[in-house]
Amino acid sequence: MRSKSSTFRTHRAVATLAALLAGALALSACSGSDNDKKDNGEKTGGATGSTVTLPKLNGARLEVAAVWTGAEQANFKKVLAEFERRTGAKVTFVPAQDPIINFLGSKIAGGQPPDVALLPQPGAIKQAVDKGWAKPLNAGVQAELAKNYTQGWQDIGKVGGKQYGVYYKAANKSLIWYNAKVFENAGAQEPKTWKDLLTASRAVYDSGVTPFSVAGADGWPLTDWFENVYLSQAGPQKYDQLAQHKIKWTDPSVKQALTTLAGIWGRKDYLAGGQKGALQTEFPQSVTQTFTGGDQPKSAMVYEGDFVQVNIGETKAKVGTDAKAFPFPAVGASAPVVSGGDAAVILKDSKAAQALATFLASPDAATIQAKLGGYLSPNKNVPLSAYPNAVQQKIAKALIASGDDFRFDMSDQAPQAFGGTPGKGEWKDLQDFLKNPGDVAGAQAKLEKDAAAAYGNGG
Amino acid sequence: MASAAAAGAPPGPAAPRSRRSVTGTRRTVAALFLLPALVLLGALVVYPIGYSLVRSFSNASGDGFAGIDNYKTLFTDDGIRTALKNNVLWVVFAPTVSTALGLVFAVLTERVRWGTAFKLVVFMPMAISMLAAGIIFRLVYDQDPDKGVANAVWVGVHDTFAQSSAFPKAHPGRDSPLRPDRGGFVTEAAVHAGQPVFLPLVGVAPDQLPDGVRKAVAAKPEPGKVTGTTWQDFTRGKGVGRLGAPDPSEVGYAGMRIEAVKDGTVVASTKASADGTFTLPAAADGARLRLPASNFREPYNGVDWLGPALVTPSIIGAYVWMWAGFAMVLIAAGLAGVPRELLEAARVDGASEWQVFRKVTVPLLAPVLAVVVVTLMINVLKVFDLVFIIAPGSSQDDANVLALELYRKGFAEGQPGIASAISVFLLLLVIPVMLFNIRRLRREVRR
Repeated sequence: MRSKSSTFRTHRAVATLAALLAGALALSACSGSDNDKKDNGEKTGGATGSTVTLPKLNGARLEVAAVWTGAEQANFKKVLAEFERRTGAKVTFVPAQDPIINFLGSKIAGGQPPDVALLPQPGAIKQAVDKGWAKPLNAGVQAELAKNYTQGWQDIGKVGGKQYGVYYKAANKSLIWYNAKVFENAGAQEPKTWKDLLTASRAVYDSGVTPFSVAGADGWPLTDWFENVYLSQAGPQKYDQLAQHKIKWTDPSVKQALTTLAGIWGRKDYLAGGQKGALQTEFPQSVTQTFTGGDQPKSAMVYEGDFVQVNIGETKAKVGTDAKAFPFPAVGASAPVVSGGDAAVILKDSKAAQALATFLASPDAATIQAKLGGYLSPNKNVPLSAYPNAVQQKIAKALIASGDDFRFDMSDQAPQAFGGTPGKGEWKDLQDFLKNPGDVAGAQAKLEKDAAAAYGNGG
Repeated sequence: MASAAAAGAPPGPAAPRSRRSVTGTRRTVAALFLLPALVLLGALVVYPIGYSLVRSFSNASGDGFAGIDNYKTLFTDDGIRTALKNNVLWVVFAPTVSTALGLVFAVLTERVRWGTAFKLVVFMPMAISMLAAGIIFRLVYDQDPDKGVANAVWVGVHDTFAQSSAFPKAHPGRDSPLRPDRGGFVTEAAVHAGQPVFLPLVGVAPDQLPDGVRKAVAAKPEPGKVTGTTWQDFTRGKGVGRLGAPDPSEVGYAGMRIEAVKDGTVVASTKASADGTFTLPAAADGARLRLPASNFREPYNGVDWLGPALVTPSIIGAYVWMWAGFAMVLIAAGLAGVPRELLEAARVDGASEWQVFRKVTVPLLAPVLAVVVVTLMINVLKVFDLVFIIAPGSSQDDANVLALELYRKGFAEGQPGIASAISVFLLLLVIPVMLFNIRRLRREVRR
């Protein structure tokens, strides 16, 4: 999700710049108040309400790199401040750019790697391990992980059987957001299955509102659409095989998923602006046009992960009353849960770095940020009541309830050339499919050709 | 060049004192003075070029020799081929159109009283960065006529001549007596006089309904006439309500055109009244009723400026907007140097204004025009920012140019070898144009 959002970020260079400036200001503000915090930390020692014991680290200095900006960064800094308070270490946040792996590469080449970095894709962790950058987590962190995380979330932080990553933040990418007013007017219900979804779409369409906004100008929402349908229809095993390109994109299961998708993508009247309009719609616009326009928005539903809330925040709609979400309906046997997430990885081994990883693996850290909103934790011991509203709680519940049946975003697992480049690979092929949804076989052939070239294990 | 020649001349006054060591000292001193420039030039220009060349022959990770593989990719990769094709389009059209427009502006502003003000306005886009211009034109070309000014104008002009209809998205609901027919809808069965007909449709947004619609009313039977109702069979919050019959809150389709069709010919037609009822004469008895396609024409949505077909010309348009001013200023400067008496002489000899322009002004300006075109060509070969910003993700591939492909290969796809090969190729493309410019400048100096 991180690498993907870079496209629209460029177009909002000004906003980013402003955010960076704000970040820099916050950074300097933080360093100003460090001394007071350290004093507090020494006095209170083991803070109240803590579930994790951390060593005393007075005088230790840590750098943490992540791509977060704005409110997300500010909230994360509050978590770091709590760590400082409990241990007496001094933690500096280093703002990084997408793709973070390149950013770290230049930092390491310069001999100054940050102590801990938050990496957005499993592929990036593997890369960091292969290059010898990442350091394994010690027993203390692993014990904390075992206590708080399901096996699945532990496993995607492992490379070659060794634990390297602590998944601190998760994204639930199996949600469809809808305009509650439109659903009410149309007499539509939250669907549980794909068939119900089509019925609801029909009802919305009959009421005079176009059912869906699809952000076709960005390729990544299209890959996420496909992943949800595929995971639910073909099952987790096939999903894993396709993610590793062990089965080809010409597989019948892909054909079935694309054909199912065409049930919505192929209907011009179901997409705001038709297919052509969808291809010119960028992600932020796809959200805002669903939640502006009163009774007559340009569309009733928009598919994407929990981060849609950020864009809803730009409209007057209120999450929970005007804007609601339902889990992506089951296409096959069970509803899919596609997720993303950021994992903390240690790049410079030290007692303090391991302590920070332990802290990030604890429910204490996650609870602090959960309360501040806009955040989802894969930590199963974070109480649902920590999330600020009902919608957030529902999303978190769905994520935790999926246990080990969730799957990580497939395009994030794929090589960047296939799953993460605007106008190339899977993004481009699915855009072409959206343009011409009748040609399932052609789309499959193109996907397979690009996948083979990018994975380097075919054709 | 002129300044370079002057700098090359021996410094006269200093000569007598240093006569003792004519060769030694002066060379050392010269070297000493040149050193900072050479170091800078070497570190910032020569080294990167050299390293790119080396890098273009090595593989993706940079630790092995790849031979000419990268260059082979250059001419086989589909993406790069599109980029190459687009670059040709750019090099042919962007400089010529900018120069032509600049020429026209320059010649015309010469004769207008407010010429300077006009020049200032045309030159103004040059003061904006490419990035800002890109963001501006991204909005200009926006598909939505409410946002993009290009489509707003286009749709405005179009709608003056062809109006869109009132019921663009209307369609039959569940179990409808209607079926699609040539863009409109037709009843499955024939209708008969004295039996009211129901023509329910759904899907018209309430705010799009024509003004003056009223609650739908079931038509009363009239002997010898075909009567019926056409209305929005949809109740807010309840879905269709009672299927196939007007509910209390449902509204009629005021102004819907209804045709009675017998064996493919229209025997009678009418329009629905405000409550959706209509009456057809006896001739319609036994015919099938059709709601023709003209009722359902979609609103015109303008041109797909940033779609695959038009994206490159659109971006070239943005480029011309920026650079026509630059061409104009240079040409206007050249124009100031054109001897007036030649133009006067031509006019006295009876040449028309067009002939003066065509046969005197343009030939005299030819050297300036050539410089402008060539400068713009060099500029266009490296175009990146406009394309990167204006083209939406879905058509970035269709708008691709070499510099953008270089960036994508190098920084997004992790193929620095191929990216270096592209950069070397771009350098090769620019060299002949640069040589031409240098020779031209030398000749100017000699003259």
